[in-house]
Amino acid sequence: MRFRHMLASVAIGVATLASTGVKAVEIEYWQYVFDTRVKAMTQLIAKFQEANPDIKVKQTTFPYADYQTKVAAAILAGQGPDVVQLFYGWTDTFIAGKMIRPLRAEAFPSADIERDFFPIVSAMKRGNDYYGLPTAVRSLALFYNKKIFKDAGLDPNNPPKTLDELVAAAEKTTKRDGSGNIVSAGMTLDMGGQDHQWWREVLIRQFGGTPYTDNDTKVTYNDESGLKALTFYTDLQKKHKVGQTGFMDEGQAAFRAGLAAMTIDGTFRLGSFGTIKAFEWGVVELPANAQGLRSNYASYFANAITSKAEGEKLAAAEKFLKYVSSPEAMKVWMEVVGELPARRAAALTPENAAHPIYGPFLKGLEYAHTTLFKDELAQRQVAIDMVNRVIIGGEEPKASLAKAAEAEQAILDRAKR
Amino acid sequence: MSVVAHREVAAPGGLWSRLSLGQKQVIWAWGFLAVPLVFYVVIRFWPTFQAFYLSVTDWTITKPASFVGLENYKRLLADPLFWQVFRNTFMYLILGTPISLLISFVIAYYLDRVRFMHSFIRALYFLPFLTTAAAMAWVWRWFYQPVPIGVINDILSSFGIPQQPFLRSTTQALPAVLAPAVWAGLGFQIIIFLAGLRAIPVTYYEAARIDGLSEGAILRKITLPLLKPTLVFLVVFSSIGFLRIFDQVYNINTNDPGGPLNSTKPLVLMIYQTAFSSYEMGYAAAQTVVLFVILLVISLVQLRIMRDR
Repeated sequence: MRFRHMLASVAIGVATLASTGVKAVEIEYWQYVFDTRVKAMTQLIAKFQEANPDIKVKQTTFPYADYQTKVAAAILAGQGPDVVQLFYGWTDTFIAGKMIRPLRAEAFPSADIERDFFPIVSAMKRGNDYYGLPTAVRSLALFYNKKIFKDAGLDPNNPPKTLDELVAAAEKTTKRDGSGNIVSAGMTLDMGGQDHQWWREVLIRQFGGTPYTDNDTKVTYNDESGLKALTFYTDLQKKHKVGQTGFMDEGQAAFRAGLAAMTIDGTFRLGSFGTIKAFEWGVVELPANAQGLRSNYASYFANAITSKAEGEKLAAAEKFLKYVSSPEAMKVWMEVVGELPARRAAALTPENAAHPIYGPFLKGLEYAHTTLFKDELAQRQVAIDMVNRVIIGGEEPKASLAKAAEAEQAILDRAKR
Repeated sequence: MSVVAHREVAAPGGLWSRLSLGQKQVIWAWGFLAVPLVFYVVIRFWPTFQAFYLSVTDWTITKPASFVGLENYKRLLADPLFWQVFRNTFMYLILGTPISLLISFVIAYYLDRVRFMHSFIRALYFLPFLTTAAAMAWVWRWFYQPVPIGVINDILSSFGIPQQPFLRSTTQALPAVLAPAVWAGLGFQIIIFLAGLRAIPVTYYEAARIDGLSEGAILRKITLPLLKPTLVFLVVFSSIGFLRIFDQVYNINTNDPGGPLNSTKPLVLMIYQTAFSSYEMGYAAAQTVVLFVILLVISLVQLRIMRDR
């Protein structure tokens, strides 16, 4: 009697297990808190679990400020995620710490990746191995305030296409008070924002140089081209007086407040600028140089598989990574987060290319460069200081550039050890 | 024989009962004291020792630590940034402590004589002390902006005075960052000064007035000497505060913390950036040890002065 009871309950138990999928493999996914990103990932996980009832994905999120430290500490302690989101610039740190594993070539053939994704994905490649794949990518573009353009007598549908046109438009749109103080800038100058990327990967190239060589471990901008790029930038304030570092605290704040005619910013700013009610704004590709050469800076958060994932969890993690870097996932991501798909085919649809806002960013992706940062904040600081020495300290651009090159090379060398 | 046997049986459990009452009390006392002691050793002292150990390694969170001797200290001494930061830290101390003490003493001295709405005014002065440093730094950050949004520059230019760069200047930035820090600390210092002033017996003043001493002489001969313990406490307290300044500096210029050109960067901010943005934990630990030594020396010197009283 008792035995039969037991048998029955075991049978029921097994049945429940099978039907509710309690036996499913559970993998953990980590990313930082950003409302739309979490929302998009929640949708993707739901869809993924529907298609793979034997896998459960648990999403964990926490503030961006502690993100890198927490991920590092958790994985090294044998805890933490199986699939993790990381900024492409952290890849070296994560590999050095044996925190992420190379993607198996059988599951993710390099040839397929290189055929389907934008070339900037190579920033995740070390040797022959890829260490992660992005869902979405971000690039830069020039935002301009149509109202200020119209008020200044410029055609709001014909934004600047070259650097010279940019300076001319900025001069026309700058407003000053009686004492010559800028009350509305023509162009924002904010090295702490995206301007350091613009200077590094765009302006230097447009003035004929290259910022780095040897996989971005050797600084090569301390030459004529670097000097011209720096002088072009600092002249916006010193010579043309169309902008001022620190005006309205931040470039994006100045633009948002309608007190700057133009600013350079990324796709990630679309959400914030999308809520502007006071004026109409437009987006255009970053201006070309006189010869028509264009460049752009692209960046992304990639998803990688951690060294913690083994056996069936590894298989599940690979399946999940495949799904979140699929065209379908990219479409969801673009709709919810507003970031551009990392696959060419998903991004370059005629519909997207003609899109007034996504279009310019997408065009930028084709010729974009991605800096392999060793310590992004420290390298950004070098650029900030370089410009401050010229603008605040009154130093010669040539001397300031040389100091910057030396300081940045020291950062790169230290990371190599 | 039976006595011996009895004792043998009792012995194993009898260690406690053989102790005298005094010994038992000591054991109990230590038993209770052990709780905070262990807590302090684990939470405070152990990490401190570990910081000393880390300062001679090249630990970077992801790379395992390996011993590098005094390499981090050598690098620190050769780092121009360190000396700049060192100067800044002492500028905060040298400017901040006397200025804040002078202002708070003057306010407390006169507030002490005010009867009308005394508590209300005192509360007003104390209010900034309750405010989060981060929130305050953000508000002041906007005060210092250039026109059209910076309040201070708007006022200046309405009087025809050229606008000042404040946070965008290598010479004005440090005093500009210091101002809100001084202002925020005032409330606390005023309260302590007021308590010190109240503690001076009124009879001294009465006697002095009967003897016809001037107010200035009363201040110099009676008030200040008797206020010395309060003063020493506030000097030590605010010195440590200014040496450890961080949140004001970090939040008033989040895009270029400690800038422009490191002109406002204190040692604590350098430690923070080395540890939590460059992840060079060993190097950061070496900086921490240096800060520890500085704080230790200054506190010892100040305690010495207090003893000489």
